[in-house]
Amino acid sequence: MDLLINGQRRSIDVASDTPLLWVLRDVLTLTGTKFGCGMAQCGACTVHIDGAAVRSCITPVSALGGKHITTIEGLSRDGSHPVQKAWIAEDVPQCGYCQSGQIMSAAALLKSNPHPTDEQIDAAMKGNICRCGTYQRIRAAIHRAAGAA
Amino acid sequence: MDDTTLSDRTAPAPSEPAGRSRREFLRSGLAGGASLMLWLTLPGAARPGWGVEGAEPADPLSPNAFLRVESDGSVSVAIGKSEMGQGVRTSLAMIVADELDADWRMVRVWQPDADARFGDQDTGGSTSVKGSWMALRKTGAAARQMLLAAAATSWGVSPDSCRTEPGVVVHPATGRRAPYGSLVAAARTLAVPSDPPLKRPSEFRLIGKSTPRLDTPDKVTGKALYGIDVRVPGMLVATIVRCPYVGGSLKKYDDSAAKRIRGVRDVFPYEATPDGKASALVVLATSTWPAIAGSRALEVTWEQGDAKSPTRADIDRLFDKAASGGGVAIHDSGDVPKALEAAAHRVEAVYELPYLAHAPMEPLNCVADFRGDSCELWASTQIPTEARQVVAKTLGLPEEKVTVHVTLLGGGFGRRLFADALVEAALVSRRLRAPVQVVWTREDDIRHDYYRPASWQRVIAGLDAGGQIVAWDQVIVGPSISWSMHPNASGVPDKVPGDIRQGLDKPIYNLRTLRQLWVLSDPGLRVGWWRSVGNSQNAFVIESMIDELARAANKDPVAFRRPLLAAEPRKLAVLELAAERAGWGKDLGAGRGRGVAVHDTFGTPTAQVVEVSLSKDGSVRVDRVVCAIDCGTVVNPAIIASQMESGIAFALSAALEGRISLEDGRVAQSNFHDYRVLRMPDMPKVDVHIVPSSEPPGGVGEPGVPPLAPALANAIVAAGGPRVRQLPLRSS
Repeated sequence: MDLLINGQRRSIDVASDTPLLWVLRDVLTLTGTKFGCGMAQCGACTVHIDGAAVRSCITPVSALGGKHITTIEGLSRDGSHPVQKAWIAEDVPQCGYCQSGQIMSAAALLKSNPHPTDEQIDAAMKGNICRCGTYQRIRAAIHRAAGAA
Repeated sequence: MDDTTLSDRTAPAPSEPAGRSRREFLRSGLAGGASLMLWLTLPGAARPGWGVEGAEPADPLSPNAFLRVESDGSVSVAIGKSEMGQGVRTSLAMIVADELDADWRMVRVWQPDADARFGDQDTGGSTSVKGSWMALRKTGAAARQMLLAAAATSWGVSPDSCRTEPGVVVHPATGRRAPYGSLVAAARTLAVPSDPPLKRPSEFRLIGKSTPRLDTPDKVTGKALYGIDVRVPGMLVATIVRCPYVGGSLKKYDDSAAKRIRGVRDVFPYEATPDGKASALVVLATSTWPAIAGSRALEVTWEQGDAKSPTRADIDRLFDKAASGGGVAIHDSGDVPKALEAAAHRVEAVYELPYLAHAPMEPLNCVADFRGDSCELWASTQIPTEARQVVAKTLGLPEEKVTVHVTLLGGGFGRRLFADALVEAALVSRRLRAPVQVVWTREDDIRHDYYRPASWQRVIAGLDAGGQIVAWDQVIVGPSISWSMHPNASGVPDKVPGDIRQGLDKPIYNLRTLRQLWVLSDPGLRVGWWRSVGNSQNAFVIESMIDELARAANKDPVAFRRPLLAAEPRKLAVLELAAERAGWGKDLGAGRGRGVAVHDTFGTPTAQVVEVSLSKDGSVRVDRVVCAIDCGTVVNPAIIASQMESGIAFALSAALEGRISLEDGRVAQSNFHDYRVLRMPDMPKVDVHIVPSSEPPGGVGEPGVPPLAPALANAIVAAGGPRVRQLPLRSS
């Protein structure tokens, strides 16, 4: 089947129940999207499907024909997405493993709600776990990206 | 924002063998041409306060700093410590670069493989900055002297008349300037000065500033490479289905459904003993998904073990056993029973702390390629040095034939201080004679951790009529990490292991009539070092009981501690700073309260004031944590603050919801739905205050953890809630 990933048509041949996460990581070697739990509890696998944040670890590829898939690699060509720039300005990441998912969730939030309150940020981001505890900086970076818009 | 901050700041190793996957090291444009290379001997870091008994310091003559200045002016620094978010790549590079007086924009870092020339690369115990501070400064200063001498010679002036600015030597009298790159060819012919002058702290340009981390750009673009991202040509992927029962084994299995899954290549027992006994199964596949799907499709019957956690009655028996001579003493001074007898007021409490998982976001993994007489591994490991030794021994190979490449780590917290994932990958690869990545699922991670040990602690303390502490009688019951790894021949402990006594070595609060005993109780669940180790349990008990005593004496908790800390001025100073910045003493209003705790973790004192709000249904909201830390000379204030935020979040996660329980002989939890961790809505505001100091830098990776839980328990009482002596707060 064909998938549309970061604007490119990619031809893949996997079992139809294969989660998108593993097509990205193992078939297409797009390892920016991470494996953290396999049951949509941690958010590390977050990508955009037609602009909405989706957990790719539980999304079978059979459901994705014709949809626009964006991964962290495709969010911008050079780290210039406002969310990425805000993340750099606030020096958000520590170990960084959860941050692709955090950024994708934040970018989707700001697309639908350009000036979220703290409560709205909490609600949108509570599905993304960070074991290093960067939550305070993530919140600041989201406000910064919202302010820069 | 300068474009250079967005570019890759991680350079490849100086010599790359052919055949390396292009994903393994990020590309850098290092030019050919003359390079100035310095090797500097570094004293091996012993492991202060870091729990492994009998650890020897590394060979004092092993170098572990490698600094290269190129003729194009770029500077590359080898960082022989694992980067797991604590910012070590940036901090250590800043130290070298400052003494070198490098142009920071030209500085890149690279991670050496496990290599004796880099000394002890094992990373833990909050020791990296502390342990390499002087050696890194000397490396940078030596290079600076050589470049300066080369310029002076070429100009025919004395070196004393020259200075450096970032990346350039200048001769102020004549205005001549020479960039470092232009001096490399001449400088490399000079002798390396053995004792170069170091900068005065007032001359630091980088040290003390919140320099952005070098690895941030790659971490926001998905380019950062962790162990789990490594791909080598021809690599297979395996998951291992391990016996969930403590002490259990494999009885029988049916792999027919698993083998029908597209991509599954084989299923076989892992390292069966000669009589066929095994406790795990390997599912081998062409890629990760079929390996995971295959493991889920296996039908396995396990021989169950009978491990069970002690009951409260068991624990009470052990408390009494200790009091009548059955425990090993940490301290036993003064006549404690007599003093308690005479006390005007006694406070007795039993504290209970659970096993905890580490749960780093990146599940464990390792790629191994066994080639008959050698083995090459790629891993996100905290222990490249030790793991190389362990793998070599396991495979029966000389160490030089084992290569361990170190990637970024998606969280460590002490979990990656164990070599289990590397050993597994090496053994599976040896069987296959092919490269293989062993990947752990989250279920594997939660079920097969080396847990933070559970701890039951009873304290009976006495006060006189004036509210002074006259006696303190404490029994600690639980497993010990050091003991589990190095029991003695008799099986009966005769001294207190290092992890049990962390935070207790110096008599707490200078108490003279003090008895602290430990009794071993261990159901067999694997235990290991968890961020701050024994300090995590001990600080909860000490700082909770001190608070209970303060309240029994009708005294303010800060005022109560003050005279007791007269002999510990650094601890007193952080306590005062945290209290002052938190507005201690000012009323917060109904249903709200402040609690305080102070602790010295591996030589770094930290104090925290936690502010909570209690709702009518009893639920607790942590609004703010004010943290004061004395970590000596500040290298990077932003990194210190983020490490405090990190330690606080890690500790709060555990205090609110962390619990690993042993039920029916196995760990009951398996993923983030039942081993719950802190999420954004529960993250409080964190304010960090650093005590100015010109002492050498101390560690910061772990000190944020121990004060949080007791300060939280104390805050709940202050807000009108109950005294919590059992964690976690939110039991399911």
